[in-house]
Amino acid sequence: MTAKKNLVVIGNGMIGHKFLELMIAKKATEHWNVITFCEEPRVAYDRVNLSSYFSGKTAADLSLVTPGLYQENGIQMHIGDKAVAINREEKTVSSANGLKVSYDKIVLATGSYPFVPPIKGNDTKGTFVYRTIEDLEAMSTYAKNCQVGVVVGGGLLGLEAAKALQNMGLITHVVEFAPRLMPVQIDDAGGNILRAKIEALGISVHTSKSTTEIVSKNGKVTKMLFTDGSELPTDIIVFSAGIRPRDEIARECGLEVGTRGGIIINDYCQTSDPNIYAIGECALYQNLIYGLVAPGYQMAGVVADIFNNITTSTFTGADMSSKLKLLGVDVASFGDAFAKTPGAKEIAMIDAVKGIYKKLVLNQDGSRLLGGILVGDASAYGTLMQFVQNAIALPPHPEDLLMPPREGKSATTAMGVNSLPDTAQICSCNNVSKGQICAAIRENNLTDVPSIKKCTKASTGCAGCVPLVTDLLKAELKKAGIVVKNRLCEHFSYSRQELYHLVRTHNIHTFDELIQKYGLGLGCEICKPTVASILASTWNEHILNQAHVALQDSNDYFLANIQRDGTYSIVPRVPGGELTPERLIVLGEVAKDFGLYTKITGGQRIDLFGARVEQLPHIWKRLIDAGFESGHAYGKALRTIKSCVGSTWCRFGVQDSTSLAIELELRYRGLRAPHKLKSAVSGCTRECAEAQSKDFGVIATEKGWNLYVCGNGGMKPQHAVLLAADIDKETLIEYLDRFLMFYIRTADRLERTATWFNKLEGGLDYLKQVIIEDSLGICAELEAQMAYHISTYQCEWKATIEDPEKLQRFQHFVNSDRPDPSIVYVEERGQKRPAKEHEKFLFTASKS
Amino acid sequence: MVQALPVREKITTWVNICPLAAILPNTGVCALVAGQQVAIFRLGYGADIYAVSNYDPFSKAFVLSRGILGSRSGIPKVASPIYKQNFNLLTGQCFDDDTVSIPTFQVRVVEDKVQIVVSE
Ligand code: SRM
Ligand SMILES: Cc1cc2nc3c(=O)[nH]c(=O)nc-3n(C[C@H](O)[C@H](O)[C@H](O)COP(=O)(O)OP(=O)(O)OC[C@H]3O[C@@H](n4cnc5c(N)ncnc54)[C@H](O)[C@@H]3O)c2cc1C
Ligand code: SF4
Ligand code: FES
Repeated sequence: MTAKKNLVVIGNGMIGHKFLELMIAKKATEHWNVITFCEEPRVAYDRVNLSSYFSGKTAADLSLVTPGLYQENGIQMHIGDKAVAINREEKTVSSANGLKVSYDKIVLATGSYPFVPPIKGNDTKGTFVYRTIEDLEAMSTYAKNCQVGVVVGGGLLGLEAAKALQNMGLITHVVEFAPRLMPVQIDDAGGNILRAKIEALGISVHTSKSTTEIVSKNGKVTKMLFTDGSELPTDIIVFSAGIRPRDEIARECGLEVGTRGGIIINDYCQTSDPNIYAIGECALYQNLIYGLVAPGYQMAGVVADIFNNITTSTFTGADMSSKLKLLGVDVASFGDAFAKTPGAKEIAMIDAVKGIYKKLVLNQDGSRLLGGILVGDASAYGTLMQFVQNAIALPPHPEDLLMPPREGKSATTAMGVNSLPDTAQICSCNNVSKGQICAAIRENNLTDVPSIKKCTKASTGCAGCVPLVTDLLKAELKKAGIVVKNRLCEHFSYSRQELYHLVRTHNIHTFDELIQKYGLGLGCEICKPTVASILASTWNEHILNQAHVALQDSNDYFLANIQRDGTYSIVPRVPGGELTPERLIVLGEVAKDFGLYTKITGGQRIDLFGARVEQLPHIWKRLIDAGFESGHAYGKALRTIKSCVGSTWCRFGVQDSTSLAIELELRYRGLRAPHKLKSAVSGCTRECAEAQSKDFGVIATEKGWNLYVCGNGGMKPQHAVLLAADIDKETLIEYLDRFLMFYIRTADRLERTATWFNKLEGGLDYLKQVIIEDSLGICAELEAQMAYHISTYQCEWKATIEDPEKLQRFQHFVNSDRPDPSIVYVEERGQKRPAKEHEKFLFTASKS
Repeated sequence: MVQALPVREKITTWVNICPLAAILPNTGVCALVAGQQVAIFRLGYGADIYAVSNYDPFSKAFVLSRGILGSRSGIPKVASPIYKQNFNLLTGQCFDDDTVSIPTFQVRVVEDKVQIVVSE
């Protein structure tokens, strides 16, 4: 065995860390003694998301390094120690703390520093840059006493900084030298849309402005003067006028650097000294500094390969295409965005109302896409990039690509993954091609996206490529002749619908029986809750019975909604949203006595948050004594039936919507389904209860009721469809019983009625035939099933409180009565809320 | 700053936690063991017992004992009740993220009593 050689890595920023991570993953740390100098007081963190530090993320949250990773792999990390000199004759590196280590190889990953323009007064108190956590801390401390802030530079980082200033409550200005914002990425038309959007957020934008002087008073910034004679008073200035590579250590030891800075590298990321490599923002490749992470990651990959004796990888330049979200506005720029290719043509679309700008750059004959710019809506970015990177022939009307995707069909599916060449880059974060993904699927018999992620690293970054990866998987399985069966999970080769029928027709009452007869293994978090839901819809036994308790999802497990800190929230049923003053008082008293946070929900009821497991039964005892019952907010079950006041009070109401909402809520309470069910009843066409956004909704008419079904609020809003008009209450209930049971029978796991409806072959006509005309001859059965459900309803909480065996589980520790000591609260607006990580730390520190 | 690795020490004492019957089949409980929160799981109806830390590194809450138990390719596992990441109960390794694993504890059942090793 030969002795390990020394590899010194200088800089532990995003790229330096990526490099170390790759060395560890490839087990190269077994052959190299890795020594790293990290100038900052902490190991690598996510600089890209630096701004989220202001929205409550802590340094620990931003950290990129799993605690223990470096130590476990024998990497010597010198935190807070800067490498100050490289002696290429002695082959040593010395550090600010006086360390001297000898090296065989060096990797420079020293990044860059923010450029501060040479303006008079640029070092006055109150001027800042925006690159490190320390910069942010200094800036936010100073800004506490400021009212107005100016960012110099309207590029990507400048706009990030502007957002930070605005979040700190400052009146914010952005000053840009160029005639538009983000001059490097977007054109004038895009810049105008972006500017309008940003100004609408209350940030003032000044373009074509060049600063001549920063004026101070008592040593502090007071205003800026511009060449055009104008001025801008301000208390704080943040410079964000570009970056400059940190090449000082390379320069001093005689490595070649570019005329405008940057350590010159070749295709192997080697500097002019073959033993020294440079990667990331300090490296200059073909006269370019890449100010983005993705190219840096590619360089890190090339050098890690070299240290693993893989000599085929090279860095041959990277794409500067990028998709960003700035101040909530999507901005993307890709390929030849400025139509510099001879003969290039442009197609553009401007929607000044919605604030959207899209431009495509086509080649001379209009057959290929060369690049483009997207502002306001960059959802097509992934697809368009595929067209550019793979020179795919454009459809006959390329302008269609600028339009929003039509219902259910994204432009990607229209294009089809099969038409992509194997070299197509699918995941740009991790540089994974179609060929690599397909090979991984074939060679390892992968059948799901999580295994593809593990195997290829695709989709482990921004996750934007998940839909494409999913399409590839489906296509690949289909090619392999594998019937893409709607298999629930590795334990059941049946779909939910098939399992539902097995349960009913074979009279199966427990999960154990089902998995013994029709499944494999022990089950998992997918099949257990699915089967629990099927059993509950079918037999309606208490979900905490011994045979069912271990199947329940986190919320059902304790009949309450689990919160981020492991406590629970409680939502008693408030049928139709109607609540007597007495009960309202009880809710207030209970919340007060148990110290709960209270909030009105979006579902017309009241949520009490922050209850510990052991408190739940005591709280529910009080609520039940006052006449409340479980609201099933925790279950895939009927939630609320919202109402408006209707004809009882409202001068426009034509029917008593409140009474109907209450009647329906009491009829269907406790009904478990493939997903949650929501409903509303409105007293007239003004629709104050928003019934058309519900799984089932009812609107009063002069003659009776209109029944709407399969609407959705939430993630992808969809209007409900009219199933029947002007029907009386009896007919309404009959149709509803049938509709709900038909959905429960046939929908997939976690499929809301809207999604189910969209997949239903035959659509609304078919649904009407089944529900109204009884074309399948099952309506009597569906109604009987609903009648069974209604007759077996019990309040789950009441039954639990009366059963000592069930109560036994409501305890945090099995061997102690102590509550969970990790739960910590702080006060906000007169109520408690869970402490954030850093507040917990402060809290425990000040207590001890 | 970088955190130090938890130091695992030599076997010392077995302490009684609870009767086996206190853990319902196919569920977990949380035990307080020398100031630490330990999730103890009972797979099946017998004395097949596992113990891991109750701390969920993804949600940063002490909740793993409330996760759903199951298997992946025959390996016993628990899914976090908050964001559903899966952990191997034999090794503590997270199935969904190679870089994450949670501490495991030695556990056994003696005369119907669940016992755990406490290191000093
Ligand atoms: C508490 C509440 C927010 C609030 O403070 O107002 C809420 C809270 C949660 N909602 Fe909601 N939703 C609440 C009203 C709504 C509404 C408004 C409504 O019901 O009229 C909607 C849109 C309507 C709809 O569903 O179509 C809504 C759409 C969602 C969705 C998206 C569902 C979809 O199919 O698009 C989810 C995610 C899911 O279910 O997969 C969700 C999921 C959640 C979860 C369960 C997320 C989670 O897993 O922790 C939250 C549980 C918190 C808790 O502990 O109670 N919540 N959620 C509201 C409770 C209403 C109630 O009284 O029961
Ligand atoms: C606010 C902000 C938002 C951004 N947003 C995006 C984005 O959306 N998309 C994107 O692709 N990019 C973005 N970037 C750019 C991205 O962060 C950088 O491309 C990336 O961090 C470069 O990594 P690096 O390792 O080369 O440099 P750095 O992350 O800067 O790391 C270099 C490290 O080396 C240290 N160092 C320097 N000299 C020495 C020495 N002599 N000895 C020891 N240590 C030394 C430095 O202190 C630093 O910690 C953003 C940057 C900022 C500041
Ligand atoms: S909108 Fe999101 S954050 Fe708000 S309650 Fe619903 S799920 Fe929770
Ligand atoms: S493109 Fe970001 S994870 Fe694949």
